[in-house]
Amino acid sequence: MHGEVMNIDEHAIYNDATDVFGFWLYILTDCILFASLFAVFLVLNYSDMPHGPTLKHYVNLSDVFIETMLLLASNFTYCLSILNMYQKKLLKAQVWLLLTFLLGASFIFIEVSEFIHLAHEGFRWDINAHASSFFTLVGTHGLHVSIGLLWILSMIIQIPFLKASHIVMRRMTYLGLFWNFLDIVWIFVFTIVYLMGAM
Amino acid sequence: MLAQLLFGKLTLDAIPFHSPIIMGAFVFMVLIVIAVLFFITVYGKWAYIWNEWVSSVDHKKIGIMYLILSFVMFLRGISDVVLMRSQQAIAAGENLGYLPPEHYDQIFTAHGVIMIFFVAMPLMFALLNIALPLQIGARDVAYPYLNSLSFWLTFAGAMLCNASLVIGDFAATGWLSYPPLSELYYSPGVGVDYYIWSLQVAGVGTLLAGINFIATIFRMRAPGMSWMKMPVFVWSALCAMILVALAFPVLTVTLALLALDRMMGMHFFTDFAGGNVMLYINLIWIWGHPEVYILILPAFGIFSEVVATFSQKKLFGYTTMVWAIAIITFLSFVVWLHHFFTMGAGADVNSFFGIATMVIAIPTGVKVFNWLFTMYKGRIILATPMLWVIAFFTTFAIGGMTGVMMAVPPVDFQVHNSLFLVAHFHNVIIGGVLFGYFAGFIYWFPKAFGFRLHEKSGMWAFAFWVIGFYVAFMPLYVIGLDGFMRRNSHYANTLYQPYLIVAALGAALILIGIILQILQLFLSFKYRAFLRDHTGDPWNGRTLEWSIASPAPLYNFAVIPSVNSLDQLWVNKQLQIGEGKIHPNRLHYEAIHMPKNTPAGCIIAIFAGITGFALVWHMLIPGIVGLLGIIATVIAKSFITDTDYYIDAETVRRTELAHLKELAQCTVK
Repeated sequence: MHGEVMNIDEHAIYNDATDVFGFWLYILTDCILFASLFAVFLVLNYSDMPHGPTLKHYVNLSDVFIETMLLLASNFTYCLSILNMYQKKLLKAQVWLLLTFLLGASFIFIEVSEFIHLAHEGFRWDINAHASSFFTLVGTHGLHVSIGLLWILSMIIQIPFLKASHIVMRRMTYLGLFWNFLDIVWIFVFTIVYLMGAM
Repeated sequence: MLAQLLFGKLTLDAIPFHSPIIMGAFVFMVLIVIAVLFFITVYGKWAYIWNEWVSSVDHKKIGIMYLILSFVMFLRGISDVVLMRSQQAIAAGENLGYLPPEHYDQIFTAHGVIMIFFVAMPLMFALLNIALPLQIGARDVAYPYLNSLSFWLTFAGAMLCNASLVIGDFAATGWLSYPPLSELYYSPGVGVDYYIWSLQVAGVGTLLAGINFIATIFRMRAPGMSWMKMPVFVWSALCAMILVALAFPVLTVTLALLALDRMMGMHFFTDFAGGNVMLYINLIWIWGHPEVYILILPAFGIFSEVVATFSQKKLFGYTTMVWAIAIITFLSFVVWLHHFFTMGAGADVNSFFGIATMVIAIPTGVKVFNWLFTMYKGRIILATPMLWVIAFFTTFAIGGMTGVMMAVPPVDFQVHNSLFLVAHFHNVIIGGVLFGYFAGFIYWFPKAFGFRLHEKSGMWAFAFWVIGFYVAFMPLYVIGLDGFMRRNSHYANTLYQPYLIVAALGAALILIGIILQILQLFLSFKYRAFLRDHTGDPWNGRTLEWSIASPAPLYNFAVIPSVNSLDQLWVNKQLQIGEGKIHPNRLHYEAIHMPKNTPAGCIIAIFAGITGFALVWHMLIPGIVGLLGIIATVIAKSFITDTDYYIDAETVRRTELAHLKELAQCTVK
């Protein structure tokens, strides 16, 4: 029996494809996590008579629109960063990453201020099921974005040490998938929670 | 103030000094732990345990650690059984038994949680880790480090669950913690919080393991092993792991929402302010029903391997077997509502789910007939794995039929939450899952440890187990039909008592079976030289795991095999390729690329355990320490680039040569 024996480089590439495949699987499970939260949100908002205040009376759609734009822009800057990584322009890649971080952080800043504002106005997470599901769904997305920010920050620090090595390129691919995925989830949040909720 | 931040709600009152049973168990556990630590120190094995086991990313060792975890938790789950069965045997009429209701409630909850999450799941992952990479001709799983992390997270979850025995209490809500009972206003203690966080930590471990095995099966198969040339165990594992990936995120969400209700005063499942209790019950069963298939599918895979090997015949109807598994995988997601027909969803909804449930009997029946036809005209060897398979056929058929009975909604309204249901699911979980895993355990034991299990004590254990099972559960069917509900610590009608005494005797027989299994392990270890598996192929096997030495060398396959048929090893043996393996000196070996060991998985899991414990007791500082610890470990690990090494070709050659020598000696004998 003759086995196929791979040389080192082939092995690394083979590993990379496997790893990215695994990350896609993770994204799939995260999709299901968000799908469950959306289902919970819809059940608690549309199946019953509303109990007390609803989001409609408090939401400020223009803020949410700014949030959306910030997140979409951060996706664009991330793509610029990864393009620079491919060309081994590390410094430029870092700068674009930093901009991505700032855009994402502004998104989180606006979201948190919105939460504080809502709670202050009387739309707290513990007043009824509608509010609970709103804060949980949007908050889970925000938590994901915050983890993404932490990840971006550690990539900015890591790039000078590990350069444009295999391992860094792979992580940038993962992070790109993750960041894009959060954008897509946000589109659904924007549509289902805010636009439909404000109607 | 500082004490509040450090210890949260935890005070010394949380430790039940006044309860002799709990303190006895606690002292017993502490003594065992001290004894183990003492012997490790005396024999100077700390470095060995840290380097070779705790840090190990080798799937074979992780599999063995899963086995040990499962075994230890099994002892705890079974002591719950002893308590419950003896309580119910005496607590009739005037007699209130010896367990107060609030303690009894914790015991049946812990029994269910432990047996499913910390016995059956680890045992499944043990068998998957031990056998699956070898069956597909791989050198490891796709992500060895993630594999280690998965195990340690499961371990941390189990330890969190164990901590509840001594510090505070466990949920007294039943194994799925239905609200509103599990809401803060009915369960103000920490029991439900222990439940939530031990399952969250273990659940993340399971989810990661699921992703890992899907990727392993998709990407790591030996060249030539196309989909329809995979052993059935690999198919069943793939389907089970797809179920893990699809179902476990739902569990995570459900438990998180319950936690938010309890910690933040939210209203997902409260019965006021718009909360919806049935939402929880739907969500938990959208995870829970696939979960039972996650457990049974690998058992089906094991039966397929064992039947073919011990009938010395090709598996009958391979293609239908694969399709049956795939169809069961799909159907398992459209039947969840049969767990609560009594919710009142209406006749139309109940009929849909009733019929969908009955339909599952068809692919399952196909599988049973395939196994029977495999045995037909086979040269059957009645070794212990095969005995368990035969016991499975009859037991599972009975359990399946009572299942179809309960799939009829009007019947279910009568027997819902009665002992009939309890008898049914034990019938399929013990008769299907556990018997299957026992068969797999005995079957792959030589591959993991290098020697076979002692056969005779195994047969006695088998006899006691199977007879004990019937004695323990058949009476429950009878009184369940008569209206005896589950989860009673006491009953007024003494007419039930004789049945429950018989059930307790059955449990005692099972207990003897378990003691015999422990004796079997002991005897096997004592006679390990005699039971040594010199050939690496003790059962005249059919699949690739039997083509290498037992226990498998660190790198599994010196040369990755190429596959062009199902049962590749069997074909090789028929064509005499296996006879007189090529001498290692005449083969060209390459250096083998291996992942380095890392303790990061264990460290992350320790921090996760701390975080979980802090969340249970609302401890702010330990919670922050735990979370920061996880983040810091992940980031620190990401800076380490030196993660792999090569086993040089000469070492590989020498290892293979040693195996060949042993093989030659035993052929001469």
